[in-house]
Amino acid sequence: MKRATADLAVGFFVTAGLVALLVLALKVGNANTVAAADGYRVTAEFDNIGGLKPRAPVKSAGVVVGRVDAIAFDNRKFVARVTLRLDRSYQFPVDTTASILTSGLLGEQYVGLDGGGEEELLKDGGRLKLTQSAMVLEKMIGRFLSGKAAEGPTAPKE
Amino acid sequence: MIGSASAGLRGIGARVIDGVWKLGAGARFAGEMLARSGTTLRRPRLLLDALHFIGVLSLVIIVVSGLFVGLVLGLQGYETLKRYGSAEALGTLVALSLVRELGPVVSALLFASRAGSAVTARIGIMKSSEQFSAMEIMAVDPRARVLAPMFWAGALSVPLLAAIFSAMGVFGGWLIGVVVIGIDDGAFWSQMQASVDVRADVANGVVKSGVFGVAVMLIALFEGWDAPPTAEGVSYAVTRTVVTSALAILALDFVLTSLMFTGV
Repeated sequence: MKRATADLAVGFFVTAGLVALLVLALKVGNANTVAAADGYRVTAEFDNIGGLKPRAPVKSAGVVVGRVDAIAFDNRKFVARVTLRLDRSYQFPVDTTASILTSGLLGEQYVGLDGGGEEELLKDGGRLKLTQSAMVLEKMIGRFLSGKAAEGPTAPKE
Repeated sequence: MIGSASAGLRGIGARVIDGVWKLGAGARFAGEMLARSGTTLRRPRLLLDALHFIGVLSLVIIVVSGLFVGLVLGLQGYETLKRYGSAEALGTLVALSLVRELGPVVSALLFASRAGSAVTARIGIMKSSEQFSAMEIMAVDPRARVLAPMFWAGALSVPLLAAIFSAMGVFGGWLIGVVVIGIDDGAFWSQMQASVDVRADVANGVVKSGVFGVAVMLIALFEGWDAPPTAEGVSYAVTRTVVTSALAILALDFVLTSLMFTGV
């Protein structure tokens, strides 16, 4: 009798542990979003990817439609080639624009997709031709300052 | 003056030599015990009883502590994140800190003080009441019959306990963040899922807690096996188990974290 209750308790303990692991994997982690098997890959070339990292989300209209799969540097054209893995259930036309955006002021960077008007849809291994690079703060400030300098000294108001 | 200084030096030297001796004896003991762990596989009943003694009896303290750690993380995290207007990131904060660090480390510390001390006490008492000598007379190796099942039960239990701890902690953080404070439920979970990686975070946490489990069980079993067979000797051995395990867990955690989480 005592043996049986001990066995029951051990069974309960092991089950609780495995359930907790499953919860951590599925509910807390991201095992259930865009699995490796289903999904198609497209590449996009950017002049500058800023702080984009592999596994960053790919969003369209704010909805996560995929993830950044790999980032490589093209040493011939001196651009960054970003491979995106998109969910099979979302299809985009070939003239879709990919831009690197930032969520919030301190947020992480993600790839935003804006659908175009073409009939033809992107296929696995396709390439996004229209891209917009990440905003680099130094370049923005530099452009702002040179713009100010071109304006000349502003006359004080009287 | 010189006499007391040389005595002090001699004391330091003796302590160092004693420490090295213990390390060597512990390593030999671990090797001998692991070489005899075949019995554990052949007789699952032994493993089941050890799992009950080590794992099940630690369950309550792990569940309750995990819940409270999660509640505190929820409250403290919210107070800080609120200032930056990103209270929705609470889920990320609670989940990452639990899965990566607090889950494995705190549950291993609790395990060392709950189960590790109990293991040392049981082994020490069995030794001092000459039960091991009786086993040896019956040609039963106590390391195969008693110690190895406990080792494997502990090494299996700690990852499970750490997972339960982390899951309870996330639940506690959710309780404070969503139910009490009123953060958006969807944002809480989606931000958490966006930043917790199954392989990099959850699996590494499990590996960490497995390493801690092995370390705590080796220390606890060796201290019990090595304890002088008196009431005083066993009680000192229990204290040493808790202190050494805590130090080993924290030092190993630093090493494992620097191996696992520093790459981009």
